[in-house]
Amino acid sequence: MKSIHRIYCLITALVLVVGVGFSQDARAQLVVDVVSGQNDPLPIAVTDFVGSETDATIGANIAEVVAADLERSGLFDPINRAAFIQSAADIGLFPRFGDWRTINAQALVTGLVEREADGRLKVSFRLWDTFSEEQVDGFVYTGGEDIWRRIAHKIADAIYERLTGEGGYFDSRIVYIAESGTASARVKRLAIMDQDGANHQFLTDGEHLVLTPRFSPTSQEITFMAYFNNKPRVYLLDIDTGRREVLGDFPGMTFAPRFSPDGRKVIMSLSVDGNTDIYVMDLPTRSIVQLTSDGAIDTSPSYSPDGNFVTFSSDRGGKQQIYVMRSNGTDAQRITFNEGTYSTPVWSPRGDLIAFTKQHQGTFYIGVMNTDGSGERLIAEGYLAEGPTWAPNGRVIMFYRETPVGTQNLAQLYTIDLTGFNERLVPTPLDGSDPAWSPLIP
Amino acid sequence: MRFKLLSIFAAAVLVAACESTPDATDGSAGDGDVMVEEIIVEEINPLSTQYVREVLGDHVLFGLNSSVINAQAQGTIKRWAEWMNAYGQIVVIIEGHADERGTREYNLALGERRATAVKNFMISMGVDASRIATISFGKERPIVEGHTEAAWAQNRRGVLVLG
Repeated sequence: MKSIHRIYCLITALVLVVGVGFSQDARAQLVVDVVSGQNDPLPIAVTDFVGSETDATIGANIAEVVAADLERSGLFDPINRAAFIQSAADIGLFPRFGDWRTINAQALVTGLVEREADGRLKVSFRLWDTFSEEQVDGFVYTGGEDIWRRIAHKIADAIYERLTGEGGYFDSRIVYIAESGTASARVKRLAIMDQDGANHQFLTDGEHLVLTPRFSPTSQEITFMAYFNNKPRVYLLDIDTGRREVLGDFPGMTFAPRFSPDGRKVIMSLSVDGNTDIYVMDLPTRSIVQLTSDGAIDTSPSYSPDGNFVTFSSDRGGKQQIYVMRSNGTDAQRITFNEGTYSTPVWSPRGDLIAFTKQHQGTFYIGVMNTDGSGERLIAEGYLAEGPTWAPNGRVIMFYRETPVGTQNLAQLYTIDLTGFNERLVPTPLDGSDPAWSPLIP
Repeated sequence: MRFKLLSIFAAAVLVAACESTPDATDGSAGDGDVMVEEIIVEEINPLSTQYVREVLGDHVLFGLNSSVINAQAQGTIKRWAEWMNAYGQIVVIIEGHADERGTREYNLALGERRATAVKNFMISMGVDASRIATISFGKERPIVEGHTEAAWAQNRRGVLVLG
């Protein structure tokens, strides 16, 4: 795995020179409100990163990826570069802030693409407050030319973090199921892509049915369910080597797998004699512990980020509801009591919320609620919508939605802010379902 | 033994064939003659997929979110059990399926529940458990495409497949 070395904050001396002539009030403007989710996005100018003749293209590409990331978040409004007055090349060490205020840019991003002696890229960026006329942030990243997109995502993350106070999520990937063919003979393939849809690749050939992939929080591994040899079981896949192995030698179907937060365990459902309970496998020892043991369908388990609790769905009360138990299987408490059925609970990486699927009167909803079931908020709906997955910052949710087209369904991935604003289609080459968001790439 | 197991559908074909027979001619028809050919009933191999589909019926239906074997399904599963008791070499797989109106993981479990309900009913009719495997496809393999209650009802099913 290639890594980017985040080096250090650039040129602190500059900060001492600037910052004259504008009040504290003006400076306070450069904060993006992320609480309500419905404020006007912050106008930001992202200039092409400057470089030598050969690196200028990379610089322009980086600027494009940064602007696209920020725009998609719904919290930023990148200004059309045709409106720019001062050219990127002309900015040098210090922008003419008036030129940027004139086009209503509250924040300005400038950057430079250089080369290390060994040929690696050295990309620096600076984030400016055009009203306080100060550099707000600046970092240098080095890495191979082939990972310029990752550098761009890291820059977008740094800008997002600095201006929103939230963790970033752009340097991350999505594993999902790519779908094609008619409903009764659907072909499903495991696929992976960057969070913005770039670097798309298929991981299986579609010969066998594959479902519900999930990322390891600590390694380049995916756990998923597949029908290899007509045996529906949970598998582990190493993304880099392609090595695949079945998890455990169970007498019946295993499914609904998910890693524990430390990456050492996989929690899943096992069906024996028609009854479905939740089990957990310790990966280093392969030992298995049964966590639930009733006659109901207990499935879709998901750990709390501290590993102390598990939320899951069960129809033990007559219809599907969401429960929370200790991670040793004791003290299960039902947390959903509103109308409808509840399923696919997924604990937020921040620990504060649980995302879920709700069905009520023929409609599917994606929602979030507090971990005790209070404060339910439905944020998306559809003919069929399910499978929420959290961005690494616990702020954005991806899910999939099926929309009827004749007798078929169009299956597509969407992102939405947990406030219910800024729903966006995630473009995929084929239909898409069962998305799972990776942690931030280390 | 074999004829006893034929369904009403197959029996009806036989009757039609018998009625045709008296009208058969030598087949050397000239102008103005009516040419009649005998309908030959092909014997369906009772160990074949065709037999399962056309004679026994290859599936049973379930209610919404239910794995209860209703009266109609009981009739079908009884035929399956008698057929398996008659042909000891047969092994089968019971597939459990769900309609599209549920979440994926729950439907996988529901399909398994349905397949097992069918299996248990066959066991109660004297079929050895080792001859019946189950597999759930959840909502992944609808037989009828579409978004109507009629389509969903056909997709909530247990299917017998030769093993």
